[in-house]
Amino acid sequence: MPPTVGLYDPQTEHDACGIGFVAQLRGRPQRAIVEQALSILERLEHRGACGCDPDTGDGAGLLVQIPHGFFTRVWRERGRALPRPRRYAVGMVYLPADAERRAACEALVERIATEQGQRVIGWRDVPVDPDHVGPDANAVRPYIRQIFIERRRVVPSAFERRLFVIRRLTHEAARRDPALDPDRRFHIASLSCETVVYKGLLKPDQLRGFYPDLREPDFVSAIALLHSRFSTNTFPTWDLAQPFTRICHNGEINTVRGNRNWMLARRSQLQSAKFGGALDRLGPLISGHASDSRQFDQMLEVLHLGGRTLPHAMMMMIPEAWENDPSMAPERRAFYNYTASIMEPWDGPSAIAFTDGHLVGATLDRNGLRPARWLVTSDDLVVMASESGVVDVPASRVVRKGRLQPGRIFVVDTEEGRIIDDDEVKGDVVARWPYSKWLERNVFAIDQLEPVAPTPALTGQGLRRQQAAFGYTEEQIDRVIVPMARDGHEPIGAMGRDTPLAVLSEQAPSLFAYFHQLFAQVTNPPIDPIRERLVMSLSTAIGMGGNPFDETPEQCHRIEIKGPVLTNQQLATLRGIDDGVFEATTLSLCYPVDGGDDALEQAVDALCRAAVDALDRGFNLLVLSDRGVDADHAPIPALLATSAVHQHLVREGIRMHGGLIVETGDVREVHDVALLVGYGAAAVNPWLTFDTITEACETEALALDPDDAIQRWVQAADKGLLKVMSKMGISTISSYRGAQIFEAVGLDHDLVQRHFAGTSSRIGGVDLAALGREAATRHARGFSDDVRDGALPVGGELRWRRRGERHAWTPTTIASLQRAVRDGDRDAWWEYVEAVHADDEAPTALRRLLEFDTDGVTEIPLDEVEDAASIATRFVTGAMSFGSLSAEAHETLALAMNELGGRSNTGEGGEEPERWTPDPDGRSRRSAIKQIASGRFGVHTPYLVNADELQIKMAQGAKPGEGGQLPGHKVSDRIATVRCSTPGVTLISPPPHHDIYSIEDLAQLIYDLKSVNPAARVSVKLVSEVGVGTVAAGVAKARAEAIVIAGASGGTGASPISSIQHAGLPWELGLAETQQVLVANGLRGRVRLQVDGGLRTGRDVVIAGLLGAEEFGFSTAPLIALGCVMLRQCHQNTCSVGIATQHPELTKRFAGEPVHVIRFFLYLAEEIRQWMARLGIRRFDDLVGRVDLLRKRDDLAGKAAHIDVGAILTEISRPGAANRHAEAQDHSLEAHFDQSLFEPARAAIETGEPVQITTTITNEHRAVGSMLSGEIVRQRGTDALLDDTIAIHLEGSAGQSFGAWLTRGVTMLLEGDANDYVGKGLSGGRIAVYPPPDAGFDPSENVIVGNTVLYGATSGDAFFRGRAGERFAVRNSGARAVVEGCGDHGCEYMTGGTVVVLGETGRNFAAGMSGGVAYVYDRDGQFRSRCNLEQVELEAITDPGDRFLLKNLLEDHVRFTGSLRAGQVLDHFDALLNRFVRVMPTEYKRVLEARRAERPARVTPQPATWPSAVVRNWRTT
Amino acid sequence: MSDPEGFLKHGRTPIPRRPVDERLNDFAEIEATRDPAERTAQATRCMDCGVPFCQQGCPLGNPIPDFNEAVATGRWRRAWDQLRSTNNFPEFTGRVCPAPCEAACVLGINDDPVTIEHIEREIAERAWAAGWARPVLPRRRTGHHVAVVGSGPAGLAAAEQLNAAGHHVVVFEKADRPGGLLRYGIPDFKLDREVLDRRIRLIERAGVTFRCGVEVGTDPTWRALHSEFDAVLVAIGAMQPRRLEVDGADLDGVVLAMDFLEQQNRVVAGEDVPTRERIDARDKHVIILGGGDTGSDCLGTSLRQGAAHVTQIELFERPPSERAPHTPWPRWPHVFRTSSSQEEGGEREWAFMTTRLIGEDGRVTGLEGVDVAIHHGDDGPRLEPIEGSERVLKADLVLLAMGFTGVRAEALFDDGLATPSPRGAIAGDDRHRTTKPGVYVAGDAMRGASLVVWAIRDGREAARTIDADLCGRDRLPAVGMDARF
Repeated sequence: MPPTVGLYDPQTEHDACGIGFVAQLRGRPQRAIVEQALSILERLEHRGACGCDPDTGDGAGLLVQIPHGFFTRVWRERGRALPRPRRYAVGMVYLPADAERRAACEALVERIATEQGQRVIGWRDVPVDPDHVGPDANAVRPYIRQIFIERRRVVPSAFERRLFVIRRLTHEAARRDPALDPDRRFHIASLSCETVVYKGLLKPDQLRGFYPDLREPDFVSAIALLHSRFSTNTFPTWDLAQPFTRICHNGEINTVRGNRNWMLARRSQLQSAKFGGALDRLGPLISGHASDSRQFDQMLEVLHLGGRTLPHAMMMMIPEAWENDPSMAPERRAFYNYTASIMEPWDGPSAIAFTDGHLVGATLDRNGLRPARWLVTSDDLVVMASESGVVDVPASRVVRKGRLQPGRIFVVDTEEGRIIDDDEVKGDVVARWPYSKWLERNVFAIDQLEPVAPTPALTGQGLRRQQAAFGYTEEQIDRVIVPMARDGHEPIGAMGRDTPLAVLSEQAPSLFAYFHQLFAQVTNPPIDPIRERLVMSLSTAIGMGGNPFDETPEQCHRIEIKGPVLTNQQLATLRGIDDGVFEATTLSLCYPVDGGDDALEQAVDALCRAAVDALDRGFNLLVLSDRGVDADHAPIPALLATSAVHQHLVREGIRMHGGLIVETGDVREVHDVALLVGYGAAAVNPWLTFDTITEACETEALALDPDDAIQRWVQAADKGLLKVMSKMGISTISSYRGAQIFEAVGLDHDLVQRHFAGTSSRIGGVDLAALGREAATRHARGFSDDVRDGALPVGGELRWRRRGERHAWTPTTIASLQRAVRDGDRDAWWEYVEAVHADDEAPTALRRLLEFDTDGVTEIPLDEVEDAASIATRFVTGAMSFGSLSAEAHETLALAMNELGGRSNTGEGGEEPERWTPDPDGRSRRSAIKQIASGRFGVHTPYLVNADELQIKMAQGAKPGEGGQLPGHKVSDRIATVRCSTPGVTLISPPPHHDIYSIEDLAQLIYDLKSVNPAARVSVKLVSEVGVGTVAAGVAKARAEAIVIAGASGGTGASPISSIQHAGLPWELGLAETQQVLVANGLRGRVRLQVDGGLRTGRDVVIAGLLGAEEFGFSTAPLIALGCVMLRQCHQNTCSVGIATQHPELTKRFAGEPVHVIRFFLYLAEEIRQWMARLGIRRFDDLVGRVDLLRKRDDLAGKAAHIDVGAILTEISRPGAANRHAEAQDHSLEAHFDQSLFEPARAAIETGEPVQITTTITNEHRAVGSMLSGEIVRQRGTDALLDDTIAIHLEGSAGQSFGAWLTRGVTMLLEGDANDYVGKGLSGGRIAVYPPPDAGFDPSENVIVGNTVLYGATSGDAFFRGRAGERFAVRNSGARAVVEGCGDHGCEYMTGGTVVVLGETGRNFAAGMSGGVAYVYDRDGQFRSRCNLEQVELEAITDPGDRFLLKNLLEDHVRFTGSLRAGQVLDHFDALLNRFVRVMPTEYKRVLEARRAERPARVTPQPATWPSAVVRNWRTT
Repeated sequence: MSDPEGFLKHGRTPIPRRPVDERLNDFAEIEATRDPAERTAQATRCMDCGVPFCQQGCPLGNPIPDFNEAVATGRWRRAWDQLRSTNNFPEFTGRVCPAPCEAACVLGINDDPVTIEHIEREIAERAWAAGWARPVLPRRRTGHHVAVVGSGPAGLAAAEQLNAAGHHVVVFEKADRPGGLLRYGIPDFKLDREVLDRRIRLIERAGVTFRCGVEVGTDPTWRALHSEFDAVLVAIGAMQPRRLEVDGADLDGVVLAMDFLEQQNRVVAGEDVPTRERIDARDKHVIILGGGDTGSDCLGTSLRQGAAHVTQIELFERPPSERAPHTPWPRWPHVFRTSSSQEEGGEREWAFMTTRLIGEDGRVTGLEGVDVAIHHGDDGPRLEPIEGSERVLKADLVLLAMGFTGVRAEALFDDGLATPSPRGAIAGDDRHRTTKPGVYVAGDAMRGASLVVWAIRDGREAARTIDADLCGRDRLPAVGMDARF
């Protein structure tokens, strides 16, 4: 891996991929298997990527059975004979190019092999052809040789284990001797007597050419695993290509850091008889510097060699979602429950294919977030791949088709010659031991234990002193703790965070505030913790961790609690436990406050020693407690104590000897609990918060019983934790624990290394002494003789307060800015600038630590600088939807930006078509930027076509990783129309884009959007966090044309306050990292960089420009120009200045004018010009990336002086690489399938004359119909063509996004099958997919379309004769569809349209469904158990309108797809009607009924009117 | 927030005033009724702004949204605790403050602002009625002694703060009873004397010593005080009135507003004022020079005394009826206002300049003046008499309410304990230190004639500095970031 440079951290690398396997069911090695695998790789090429060198891929490879015949021949040609199969192993070894070094490495392998008692047969140069590798890859190409080793003195079953030991010892020896291989090319890619890996830093189509071996006729195998890699970066390395030794992986392990730490923590427990105690010598079982996939492979390999079958090991590492699934067989639940004691899930989106050389299989994570399709042929070929259609098999030979399902395992046993289904595989594993019995005897729920009375609550002055000493503020009590205890959820806030980073705060903030939550963006999806609750779990076990190599009843001895928060009584109960196994002891966190600068450090060290001592004495529940703070003693910050003890015990190898429980006054909000758990605590007892709540109940603040109020707070904390975990895509608290999903900002490097090792902290900052001083400051609030009369500090973080925390937006800055833009008062502008920069004394933001380095710079006259109007074209306003903003405010922004030549943004809420036509006076209200967010509200073809820029919002600064909600009362008629929804019905935006779970998915969406509107630039909005640079590199490779880096201080219409406060990082870090990584990768020239998030003045803009930005986004400032006064209640619909409201009385009060915004930007540009003149820069382009013009101020005092901004100011250059935008992306649109349709369709488009087109298609043809649709709308506008005007009949397997944004007038009939995202954004077009008539399988029981079909469809029809994958019709808002079965989460978030499911659905049907209707044919009567009933009602079909509609749709389905199942139903329609269930959203029904009452004239849904003549016609052409 | 839509449901309703006919018959407070339910409703109008401009508008930095929220949810005790955390005397400011907070209220941008002042008054009254207003006792005595000279709002606030911080505080007052301007400058109908007295009793019970009838500068001398005490706070107000410099200004019947108001306050307090010294407006034609608060107080007092006719004259032009453009929200608006006294009767003249007072037998009988045109230039307004507009107004009593020009502190300066500021007040730095260590200045004495709320603020801030200087670190709460709009 590359080293850390600047802000780049190699740990943040991600990759995503196309994967698959091919197998001959009966284990007969065949040439065809290798050929098929190679051709699948080539057909998955679009899922991989290449870097700045178009010929260098990110990696591709194959894992095959050792082709014994082939190797025998090549050795025979050299005059040597090979032993029999499995008596020898083949190692694929990457060696240094330098002959001498190579020899040394070879000698090392040979020595170790010999030491391990094996005989080296010899080496073979693997022939390679450098013509088939890109120049960048070739430059770092290792010398590739194969080593052949003969088995000696071990039984055959132990040979693989011995080979593993040889490999690990070799790597370990090489690691310890850096001189051996300074370029780090030496690597054993595989060493096995079963399999061999051929891979490299190649594009998929190069693999075959690069390795001539793969083309040899006798190079055969019965199994081939294949992988094509899409990496976020292009730092070229060969060893990161996949497959690894046992697996290839598509996805991401979010919890990998925690997983590795826990394996480290278990070191003393790890025993496996199979290794004969040798494990210790092998170095770390999991290498920290490897990719998540490789670490997974390492763990799996060890488990497997330790005696577990691959499926068993898989079940341990990626358990399905068993916690909330009552339908799961009890024994299987027991197995998972038991396994939870010895292993944390490796959590994250994953499709993993695995093999040991005989067994080959694949599994999917519990969320099912990666696609995987399989088929079985009548001649025993089994193919599994990320996409369907990757092999050409006639339908007549296909006997089964399917997809991997969430948490399910699919296994082919080539020895037994059969496919073993999930039930059987797991049944075998779970039957090995009586897990249920073991659990019964050893697991106790905490509430079953003898309760012990808790410590009584403090009150009055005594309580006040503790609150003060722990740093409580009035605001935290009033606005966080009490609301949580009252409402049972976290309070909601609005607008952004404009307070200083903790390291710049002078209020002695808590240590928690120095940590920022990380979140998923692009490379893996966040989860919806509400609607997809069933995959998540907070279930917490307190006990000792076990040995994953061993299965004994004692290992699961533990106490279970529902979540990590303990009430006072639960804690007292644990303390009093006396069961002969558990014994608790309390370690005090109190230390003498006047002990000087070393006091805290000494206290932490003493605590760590005490913890070791306690474990040594046999205690196994360690309670870290900060009760007992008094006039002389301050508390060690609980987070510091927890992490220090946790890490110390991990280092000592005894971490698993006991559980850590934290009894602390520090915790007051969700973020705090998350941090303690994230750094290793099993459970947390926030006693002071509970005492605070108790007192609030006793005074008049809370009208609740204290126990009830505390329960509600716990409930709020639980919900919040689910949210914090889900935003990183983590499902279970057990894998979140210790996973350290945080970035520290402003903590000293040594402090982090010692006590928070593994956490990013990139700008240095405060050390233990400084933290001690802050602890003393807080302590003094409670125990000095200050005259506060019982008052706590006000706080002032969430709202500006005069005696509270500093804010950027103050009465002074707001008032002066408004005066400037309203009156055209330039003096007031400078007053504003001065007021903003008044914080130079006490900086509030990182950029305030910087100043311009004008040494050697010659100032130029102002009039030589580019003019303001030209600079202003770089400005954009932020993505604020019509809905979050009033129409008045939204249009005013658009008018202003259009006049200015900048761009406004629709936000996530569509746009009224009237705005696409200019006003009579020529002014335009159209937003140039159309945002595509996860809700896809109003994202239809005309919306996409009427855009200059299409922006994919991956995350939002104020709430990265979270979805949104527009409450029903804000959904007016007008908003409902533009969002294609129902007035009065709440709208939910999912946390993830359901068509972007990884980087290659994003590339696909970019391709889809470019197809619809090739003229628009596609941008991707990311939020600053560690690793955003590597994500941006991936985004650039995914062919985005602009990247927005949003800072965490960005605004929001509504977010939980902990998200606003604690998620995301300042843009300075994200922007600098992005610039550095893009330049280093040679990718910077391909994109324009934009930055937003709290930009306020020209100086801010210039600094951002110097750090690499070319464009600048503003949201809050222009709103303030329009009259916003930061009420921070956008979510209440009560904005008194008419900006963030739909209330008709209030929108009247809107007093903003376009000129206010225009003045703001022009004054800003003028200020920028002055800075440019001072820096001697004429054109703005010339300052982009000139980080050399910045330096750190040397006049800083206090904490700010300790910050090291060196990483931000690191200048990265790469010869020949641009440091600003310089080239266009190549979207290969000229090769788009639709190009072949334009000619035949031309007359139809122009005149509306119907046309029929017949052709064939493959999975490499993606977004078919999208380009045609975009062209039609562009030429003819919306709804210009009649239905079916252009009818296209296709045969084959369609690539992804088939029919995306298909517009009215286009009909596509596909005979074959299709992949993911069929009918995405469907906008009036018609789609049907059905198998060929000669298919060898029953269509209704097989998968015909992939995942996420009809996502965000707004109108049109779709008919699928077969089953669909996960999330069928997700967020559908108007399309009508028939399908014969679907996977999990069907009709999720649906807001409109009609869906008929003629077969079984998966779990969680209708989750978050707020509109539209679904009719489900409930054959087995079990549908209710698979449906999420929180928002919907299940009803019989009694209404004649429903009956009519259903029948009509079924008739169309038959007519169109020839569906037998629909035909059978229709044959007995009246008799079968009672088997249908109507799924009706409750809120939707209420609104519809209310509207019906208002307008008695009844609207019957119009059935589709398929012109049957046309249908017949298609069949015959 | 109790009700985010409160401001849409309720209009602004201040505490109603008694009918003019009724209130002119007495000197009792003009707002006599208390209606807590209505105040609660009014408190729900508060929008709990993310940036509460009101708090910035308030010189004390009162936590206005916080006490509004407490009131809106019926938590009066909490509201009181919030309010008194920044304001020593909400019962005063709830009555006599011009409420710059309300001028800065965000609701005031396009609607009527929240009745912050009256909510404050209700909180205070409730607190007094419930016995929550209690002496603020120190945790422990420091042994330091501090002299506070002057018992107006600045001196009282400082005394209360310093005492709470544990210092021994003696307040010196030259009048025979403490209160300064609060007692003698503000009419009873605006601030009932009992409201003042109960507060002073509380301060005494907390341990502050009052020495009234002591003229510091004479006996004891400033120098003596400085040597006797560890710190001296000068809070003597700015009592030097602006004089009328025209012919006839020395006629009988030409009276300083302060003399007039003080006497009436003494009468209401039951003090014996000899008839020959009585300044009585009964049946007289009264002319008040000065359109400010003091002028209005004179107006209300004259009307209650039974004046035949009262005219209040303002030198400058009538302000616009809407907020003037040069004072946009959230600034203190330049706008036409009608004070409670002005609504009781009398006439108002604007842009009229007195040129001469006419008298008979040494008594004033008339006032001659001329209309003026006012030109606003860069160097301030310039007055230009309009030819031919000269006229004479009948006047039996002329009350001079033209403001104050500075302090009377010659003895202080002579003793070298302080220096005058360019504007005629006592020079103090931003932490209220004078040029002499151990001597501090607060209130009007430092800033010139100003509002009660500024005086309280200064008293608190000066106390914080004194305490910090005595104890070596900041122990008293600060007002916090402060910038005037």
